[in-house]
This record gives sequence, C-alpha cells and structure tokens, in this order.
Amino acid sequence: MLTALLAMAGLTLFLGLVLGFAAIKFKVEESPLVQKIDAILPQTQCGQCGFPGCKPYATAIAAGEADINQCPPGGEEGIQRLSELLGVEPKPLNAEHGVTKPKSVAVIDENICIGCTLCIQACPVDAILGAAKHMHTVIEAECTGCELCIPPCPVDCISMKPLQEDITTWKWKYPMYAIKHF
Amino acid sequence: MAYVSNSASVSSVMLKVLFALLPATAIYQLYFGPAILVSIVLASVTAIGAEAAMLRLRKLPIKPFLLDGSALVTAWLLALSMPPLAPWWLIVIATLFAIVVAKHLYGGLGNNLFNPAMVGYAVMLISFPAHMTQWPVVDTLAHAHLSLSGTLRFIFGGELPAGMKLDALTLATPLDTLRTQLLLGRPASEITPMPVFGYVGGKGAELIALAYLAGGVYLLQQRIITWHIPVAFLATLALLAFGFHAYDAARYAAPWFHLATGGALLGAFFIATDPVTGATTPKGKLIFGAAIGALIYLIRTWGGYPDGVAFAVLILNMCVPLIDAYTQPRVFGHVKDQDKP
Amino acid sequence: MRKLFDFHGGVHPAQHKAESATLPIATAPLPTRLIVPMHQHIGNRAKPIVSVGERVLKGQMIGQADGYISCAVHAPTSGTVSAIEMATVPHPSGLPDLCIRIEPDGEEQWVERTPLDYTTMNPSELRNRLRDLGLAGMGGAVFPSHAKLNPGRRANVPTLILNGAECEPWITCDDLLMRERADQIVAGGKIMQHMLGASEVLIGIEDNKPEAIQAMRAACAGTDFEVIVAPTKYPSGGAKQLTKILTGKEPPAGGRSTEIGVQVFNVATVYTLARAVLHGEPVISRVITVTGNVERPHNFEALIGTPVRELVALAGTPRADTQGYIMGGPMMGFNLPSDQAPLIKATNCLIATSPKLFPAPPPALPCIRCTLCAQACPVDLQPQELYWFSRAKEFGKAQEYDLFDCIECGCCDYVCPSNIPLVQYYRFAKSEIWAREREKDKADVARDRHEFRDYRIEREKKERADKLAAKTQGPKTPAPGQPAADSKQAAIQAAIDRAKLKRAGVEPKNVADLPPEKLQEIREIEARRAQLKQAMEKPSDTL
Ligand code: SF4
Ligand code: SF4
Ligand code: SF4
Ligand code: SF4
Repeated sequence: MLTALLAMAGLTLFLGLVLGFAAIKFKVEESPLVQKIDAILPQTQCGQCGFPGCKPYATAIAAGEADINQCPPGGEEGIQRLSELLGVEPKPLNAEHGVTKPKSVAVIDENICIGCTLCIQACPVDAILGAAKHMHTVIEAECTGCELCIPPCPVDCISMKPLQEDITTWKWKYPMYAIKHF
Repeated sequence: MAYVSNSASVSSVMLKVLFALLPATAIYQLYFGPAILVSIVLASVTAIGAEAAMLRLRKLPIKPFLLDGSALVTAWLLALSMPPLAPWWLIVIATLFAIVVAKHLYGGLGNNLFNPAMVGYAVMLISFPAHMTQWPVVDTLAHAHLSLSGTLRFIFGGELPAGMKLDALTLATPLDTLRTQLLLGRPASEITPMPVFGYVGGKGAELIALAYLAGGVYLLQQRIITWHIPVAFLATLALLAFGFHAYDAARYAAPWFHLATGGALLGAFFIATDPVTGATTPKGKLIFGAAIGALIYLIRTWGGYPDGVAFAVLILNMCVPLIDAYTQPRVFGHVKDQDKP
Repeated sequence: MRKLFDFHGGVHPAQHKAESATLPIATAPLPTRLIVPMHQHIGNRAKPIVSVGERVLKGQMIGQADGYISCAVHAPTSGTVSAIEMATVPHPSGLPDLCIRIEPDGEEQWVERTPLDYTTMNPSELRNRLRDLGLAGMGGAVFPSHAKLNPGRRANVPTLILNGAECEPWITCDDLLMRERADQIVAGGKIMQHMLGASEVLIGIEDNKPEAIQAMRAACAGTDFEVIVAPTKYPSGGAKQLTKILTGKEPPAGGRSTEIGVQVFNVATVYTLARAVLHGEPVISRVITVTGNVERPHNFEALIGTPVRELVALAGTPRADTQGYIMGGPMMGFNLPSDQAPLIKATNCLIATSPKLFPAPPPALPCIRCTLCAQACPVDLQPQELYWFSRAKEFGKAQEYDLFDCIECGCCDYVCPSNIPLVQYYRFAKSEIWAREREKDKADVARDRHEFRDYRIEREKKERADKLAAKTQGPKTPAPGQPAADSKQAAIQAAIDRAKLKRAGVEPKNVADLPPEKLQEIREIEARRAQLKQAMEKPSDTL
C-alpha cells in the first residue's frame, strides 16, 4: 500500500516537473506570438482598433492588453482566426471600433486636388503620389482602403471606391442547393 | 461540375443490400421457423418510426431521408444478428438504440461513428445476456414445432403452447457449444459430431452462411462493396484458425468451422462493409478487415463471449479516422508517399 | 502492338456522339457582328492595339500579347471596330470583360499572310511568331502554345503526344477534324516534332472513333508517327491521363510533363499550328460542335467572336424547352451566362440543355462514405475527404489532401449516390484559397510599406533635428508657427508653411523612382490642374 502511494506521489512529482519545464520552455516562444497575430491582421493600418497600426495592436493583444474583436477590416473571419490562434472563444466585433465594410480603395478627384500633400502624410503605406502644389494620385494596387486620407483633405476630393470583382478575382460560391445542415 | 450522373442513389444502394439479404433470410426462415420474419418486421417498423421521429425532432426533411432506406438496412441486419425467439421488446429496444443513439445522436446518415446495428446488438448483449441466448433450434433437430401464431404469441406474450418447454425450442449455438465443451475439457474432435453441428459449421446455419456469401458476391458484382474488407476479414480469420488448428487440433476448431459459423460471413459482407463507419482507403480497408477478423478469432477463442463480430467491428470503428489518415493512397503524379505523414 | 497502360478510376458516361458526328463540318456564315474578347487564353489579357472606328482586315492583330504567358488576338474578318468595351464573355461568373466589337463589311479581305520557314527560323523567334499568331490550346485549357513548344533547359522533349482522345460525351469536333483534315494535323505534328526535337510522335485516339483512326492512320503513312487506339474511358483525354495510357509515365504533380520528356497537344491545336506556320493564318476560327436540344446537331467551322445565339441558330430554330447552353462537355463544362456571349478559342462544344436531356439532380444527401467517388477518381484522390474539408471550409486540410491535384473532371460527381455537387465544393475551396493568397500577398506588401514609412518618418525626424541643431549654432530663429487650428484654411496654411520650410529644391521622395511614363502622366494632369487652379484660387482665398 505504502509503496503504491509513494510510487503515485513520485509519478505526480515527475509529471509536474515535466509540465513545469515545458511551460518555461514554451514561454520563450512568446515574441513570435506578436508576429503570428500580426500575420492574421489585415494590415490595413487604419487605426480603428485604437492603436496606431496593426503591429501595435498585435503587440497589445499578445500582452493581453487588448481584446481580439477590435479590428473591423479583419471582420468576423479575422476574429475567428485570432481566437483559434490564441485558444479563446471568438466574440462578435466590438461595434465601438466600427463596422466591416467592403474592400475599397481611395480615389483622388484629380481636377479638384490642390496639391496640399496632407493626404500623403496621412497615408500609412505611402500609396499616394505627388509633389507639393501638384496634383496627387493614389496607387490603387497599394492602397489598403484605410480611409485615413479622407479627413485631412481640405477640399474633400478623396472618395472611397469599392473594389469591383472581375473575372480574375471572381470566386466560386459555396454550393447552396444541397440540403442544409449536414 | 458534371451535368450528368449515373443513376445511382443512396436508396438504390440500400435496396441492393436488402436484396442481397433475401436468400439468407429465406433459408433462415426455412430452417429455424418464422420467428425471424417476425423480428425483421418488428425491427423495420420500429426503425422507420424512430427515424421519422428523429428527423422531425432535428427539423430535417423527412421524405428524402426516409426514402434513403438506410434505416431499413440497419433494422434488417440487426434482426438477422439477434436471437429471433427473444421477447419483442428486446429487438425494439435494440432498434431504438441503434437509430436514436448510434445514428441520430451522432449526426444522422453519414455522420455516425459506430455501426448502428452493432451498437444495438452489443448494448442488448451486455444488458440482457440471458435473453440474447434464446437461439431457435434448427427444425430438423427440434422436438417441437412452433407455428406462426404460436411464435407470435410467444414473442409478444411469452406463453408457449401447453406442454411445450422453452428448452425444446432453443439450443446453444455451435460456437457456444464448442466453447463450453472445450472449457469442460473435451477435445474438438468429440464436440463437432454433436447434433447441432453440420458438415462444416452449424446445422442449417452453414446454409445461411452460404447464402450470405452469395449475397456478398452479388454486392461485389454490383460494386456496392469492394473486395478489400471481406477478403481481408475472412482471410485473417481463416489464417489464424488454420495456424492454431494445425498446432493443436484438439483445442482449436478448424478454419472452415470458423468461417461458416456465427456472424463471420454476415459480418464480412454486410456489417464490416458498412460504408459510413468503415475505412475508406483501399489499404485502410485491408487493415480494417484484417483487424476485425483477428479480433473475432481472439474473442471467440479466448474472450468472454462465444462470438465477437459486434465488438470487433465497434472497436475498429473507433480506429477508422486513424487508419484512413495513415493510408492515403499515392496521388497521381506524386512521388511515393513523399508528402504523407 | 504497343503496350497500353491504365489509369485509376474513370467512368463510362453515355456517349451521345452519334448525334453530331454523322454530318461533315459545315462553314458557318459570316455573323452580323463579332465580339472578340481580349482574354481568351491562360495568362495576361491581350492589349487592344486598334481604336474605335478603325477599319481592320481579316487576320489583322487587334490585341497584342502582354508578356510571355499571353497570346495575341486577331480580327476574324474585315470590318470596322465599333466598340472596345466590357461585354459578356463565356465565363461561369457572368462578369463582363474587355472585348473588341467588329462590324463585318462582308468583304473578307485578308491581311498579308506569310508562311513561316520553321526549319531555318531561330526557335525563339518562331515561338514569338506563334504567340503573335494567337496559338493557344484548343482543347479547352487554352494555354499559350508557344510556351509549351519550348523544350526549356532540356535539349529536347523525346515524346510528343497528339491528343485525339476526345473523351467527353457529346463532343465530336476533334473526331470530325481528324476525319476530314488528317493531313494538316500530321503536317502540324511534324512542325511540333521539329520544334521539340521529339524522337517519337504518338497520336492517341479512343476506340469509339474508328473513322478518325482510319483517316489518321492513312495520313500517317510514310511518317514515323504512331496512331494508338486507347480504350474508351472518361477522362482518357486529360493530358496527364493520356500520357499515362500511352507511356506509362505520370507527369509530376504540380509540374510540367516536359519534366518526364513528354509534351501533349490537342489535335485541334496541332491543326491551327499547321494553318499558322504553313499558311500564315492566325487563329480566327475553330471547329465547334453544336448539339443537345437542337434540331440538327452539327459541327461548324465558325469565326471566333460569333455570338452563341447566332451559332446555335444554325443548327435549327431553338426549341421552346431549351433552358440554356453548356460550353464544353457535360462533365467539365459550365452553363453560359447568356447566349449573347461570343465563341472563343476554348469553345469546343455548345450543348443546348433541356429538362429532358439534363434533368436537375435530386436534392443532395449527406455523404455516406461509400468511396464510389474515390474508386472513380482518375487522380486517386479521396473526394469524400476533400468534400468534407471544403464544406467545413478547412482549406488547410483540403490542401493537405491534395485538393490542387484535382482536375475537376467530375467523375466523382457522376458516381456519387448522394448526388453531392462535389466539384462545386472543390472549385469553391480552390478559389477561396487563391483569394486568401492574394489577400495575404497584399497584406504583406502593406506591412512592408508601413514599416518602411515608419522608418522614413523616423529618419526625417532625425534629419530635421540635426538640421535644427546645426541652425541653433548660428543666429537664433523663432520656432515655426503655432499648431494648426481646426479650420481647413489653417490646415492648408500649415501645410504650405511646412512645405516652404522644407523646400530646399527637393521633391518628395515618393516620386523619385517613378517610371518616365508615370512622370509624364503626372505632368499632363498637372497642366490640367493649373488651369483649374486659377478658377479655384480665388474662392479658396476667400474661404
Ligand atoms: S483596425 Fe486597422 S490598424 Fe487596427 S489591426 Fe485592423 S487593420 Fe490594422
Ligand atoms: S489632401 Fe486632398 S487636396 Fe491635398 S494633396 Fe491630398 S488629395 Fe490633394
Ligand atoms: S460518392 Fe458521394 S456519398 Fe460516396 S463517398 Fe463519395 S462523396 Fe460520399
Ligand atoms: S473532380 Fe477531382 S476529385 Fe473528383 S474525380 Fe475528378 S480529379 Fe478526382
């Protein structure tokens, strides 16, 4: 009896040590976590999450200082993936931070633009081209649709244009006529 | 997306399975009396009722799912595996368990992990072991005969015609007999000449087994099943039996005896081949079948039950995801197994 | 007798070839208008090089290949360009794409055609010419042919396979082409043999086309070409499946068949190549099967750009119960979004559908894991697992189970007793995965650019601080103006002030490395802006 108890205690102790060791070992891998979170975030760099960009938000999530439901561009899918990565329950997007909108790009009405360069300074990814007092234009391929350039423009000549689906970006839809549920 | 299809449907598959069971059912009835028909009807009615009720509860369209025929197949297989002279509630509870718990609580058609018929059977075997041994005696040996009305009265009311004893109607199965007699120390050579045994298996039962074989060949020809599971199953069972029989013929029954008795052929062609709960890759099917065959031999020879089809199948059902994951076939144009786990 | 190999799986759907194979190929009359899409091939869309109102000649290049994997597009007849616009094209999405509309003048006036002397031409020059003649796979895949005719790093490709299997039901255009124009196909095969340096040329034909086999055998007499009859089984006409049947070799997954020394061309492609090289004719027409719910199923040689509506009318007045048109065969084709869509290089067949010929499938049931699909899959996939993962949107898992090896042949659909639209799930999963990849790439670019911007701002701040430090050594200047007020004018003022401060003859950095065209463009717009600015100047001053 006593030997059995001792054996059990010994085993528990041993397993505890292994677990503790593992915990310490895994702790070292915390900094890549920021990168893993950042890889899920959409990189729109819009600041709607309350942080000055995706990376700072990722850092805050990793540090446990921010919730996972603050990024509107990432939407429900982003939250889902964050919840999977972090092993927490997914939750609906926090409406305080905005709503998910269709992907868009900014367009500058080149006839109105006065070349004040304010939008250039606002753009988080340097997707706006132009020199001072010269017309400005948006590089469509690089624009993330963050809308940060809209408020600074003194003549309100920037608008958001939703991205159109074309033959090369079109996606097959989820088959809908199967019996639901299964 | 194909705009054309061969006209196969789930119901046509299930109908063919039922069709393949007909000869065996007919012979069963011929040798062991009408009780089997009563249990098939009982099980079928229960299964369809339970299926409809569950579909309704789960808010699924009833018609396409009822017409798929899978509940009927489960009922029929269950009835063929259970002792037909058992009281009516035994088969009803078994069927309910199979359809409600094993099938629908696991997600319904296509999603169940365990073979529903075998779940029903195993639960009954554990819960009501005494009732599960009321096997009818083959007609040629019977001291008394039960008519259809007598059968009905016995199954539903438990009463036998005056002067008839239950012992006259039931008898231990060949596998049971072999097992108990071996335990008593009698050599196999003395046991097999006993009246319950036939040429190679049980008297009458060996003919049913032959009919199962015929049904299985029909299913193979119709491409409803593939050869992998039955062949691996029966070959493993026969090989093990052969090895031990060769080693000590007095203590281990002959391979043909193992193949022809109990649920071996029913299991090999109709139960282990259930698509939903079986392995799906060719290699996986071989492993799956072989493991079931081996387990059956182990259970029959050293286990606590005379036959082991149900337990073997259920145990292997649990291993299916693992077997499938590790036996993915080489995809066209891939170098052998280069990117497989 | 050559030893034939078999591939796993495959199915035997009802043939329906007799309907359209009895009559010879007819030449379709000139349609009332031609709509020529710029994107008929795999790769980059061709760039229009004509303008609206311009008169074009038959065979004149109207769209220029854009890059290596691309193909030129030509005017199918002489006439006037009436529009360059987004129009309905034969694509499952139903989305419009760039097309050039031509009103035919009925004169059929050709451009100058010069045959190519392929034996003496520089191979790379020859390939460029083929690209400019619009050669692309006519079997349906429309991969630019010149790219496939490049032996690449290998000195040569020993085995050339001409694919005349035509395994899809209903389609007979290759059959008829082989029966009627076998000589041209053999001539094209010789050119390809030369270009690839192939030592053997195998022509694979399914045994359900005895007349084509006979015609090809006759045409091959006196050559070292070998006509090989393969048993009829769908999809033996898949390039990889045919390679396996004829050579026993499997083209590597995700790789090119040239890696195992084999190249496969559809016979219709070989035919157009012969026309192009020996006659200087670009690809402006093709043979197409019009069948199904029509009065006179038939094969037509029709101009690229012919509207489907006009083409099917040639096979008899459309029947009342016709629901739509499948482009391609019933196994791999898709429903055309509209009968206004034009014929393109890939259109080998149009099938008019009716509820009687193609009844809607019964509602799908759950997968019962019967593995009939796995037994039918020519690629040896486990379609039931792919279905499971695609349905659950577990795309990573689906890829692990080799989703991208699926050739979408539809064999699994065909046999599934639960009537699950399996291929639809695979297409859905594939396009989702591609979309995610694109999004990920975009996000990566955005991340890099954002990080660079942060770095740039840091650097500028430092530079300014340094400059300030340098200045404070000299006479003291007051700090620049107050923080900008809320009003827009103040903001502009602040911006201008800052711009003045910064201006040291330096242009903002992000225009420095622009290509000259872009700079030119900016200059032009700037000129326009200058005019506008004069009008704007005053009101903005009074703000
Ligand atoms: S809200 Fe904007 S800045 Fe914040 S993580 Fe999402 S995309 Fe990035
Ligand atoms: S902020 Fe507006 S006016 Fe100023 S440069 Fe940008 S687009 Fe032009
Ligand atoms: S054929 Fe259909 S039901 Fe059978 S395993 Fe494949 S997907 Fe499932
Ligand atoms: S469509 Fe894909 S999964 Fe289905 S049979 Fe063809 S290759 Fe296999």
